[in-house]
Order: sequence, then C-alpha cells, then structure tokens
Amino acid sequence: MRLGQIIGTVVCTRKTDSLEGVKLLLLQPMDERWKPEGNPVVACDAVQAGEGDYVLWEAGREAALVLENWYNPSDATVMGIVDRDAGVLEP
Amino acid sequence: MTLARVIGSIVASRKTAALEGHKVLLCRPVKPDGSPAGSVMIALDAVQAGPGDTVLVIDEGNSSRMILGDSMAPIRTMVAGIVDRVDLYKE
Repeated sequence: MRLGQIIGTVVCTRKTDSLEGVKLLLLQPMDERWKPEGNPVVACDAVQAGEGDYVLWEAGREAALVLENWYNPSDATVMGIVDRDAGVLEP
Repeated sequence: MTLARVIGSIVASRKTAALEGHKVLLCRPVKPDGSPAGSVMIALDAVQAGPGDTVLVIDEGNSSRMILGDSMAPIRTMVAGIVDRVDLYKE
C-alpha cells in the first residue's frame, strides 16, 4: 500500500463506461514521513475521501479490486483514510 | 519475500472492507545484519507482528490473496512471518 494526500478532484464527463459513477480524486503520493514523493496521480475513490485527507491507496491490479465492480480499468484507488495523529511510531 | 523491521503502524478508521481486522504496519527492509536496505513498505499484518519485530514481507497480490483466503482482496503487500533468527553462512 501507499500513502498520500487528496489535493483535488477531477471531473470527466466523457470517460470509459466502467468508470461511470466513480469519483476521481487528485492525489499527491507521499512517503512514510508524509513527504511528497513523485507527481500527482488521479485515483478512484472507494471511501469518500475529501480534500486534504491523508489516505492509503494502492496501484496496479489491486486498485481495480477495491472498487464495487471489480472489472474496471482503475490503476489507482483510495482504500483508506488515515487518522494521522494516531498510531504512526517515529522510527 | 523481504526481510524487514516493523518501524510503525497506520491507523485508518475508514477503510475498505479487506483492511478490517488487520493492522497496517510500516516495515523498513533490512539486510541480514539488520542494517536498512530500501524504502518503507506498508503491509497488512497477518501474524500480529509488533514494533521492532523482524518480519517476512510478501509484496505480490496473488500471494497476499492466498494468505487472506480471499481471491478478491485488493491487497498486495503483507507481513507473512515473524523472524526469530537469521543464520548467515560465510561467503
């Protein structure tokens, strides 16, 4: 799994059918210290993540499996909203 | 599989169903002598590993789905074992 922060949303009126009804979020990938890492990614939302939320997300085949209709072309999906102030032990 | 040390955990109250009931651990890959060897892996725990444990991390979807016994689980990276000892033969 990977970490990141929601920095926006993406609206596509014309898109492949199997992404119909799926909310698209603009996501900034981050490392385990919440430092931005790499370019923003457009990810499908599976947990109603909102702007500024820190999230768990996954790429590749697992990204498609997160969504209701698993037969979809998603290659990045948000699968959890992180409670940032709880639980992360500083190494 | 990768040798790694558990350096932290992630708490996510809202998450996709497959994550329910499992801790999400931050694991730093290590060499046999324990020195760090790569970027942190975020893995779903299957063996109740704790902070500081040396563990086996599997980073492949089908293997993870096999561990979870769920062919649709959107999980790719898992902690599959807690290492008691590593015996390194001299080269």
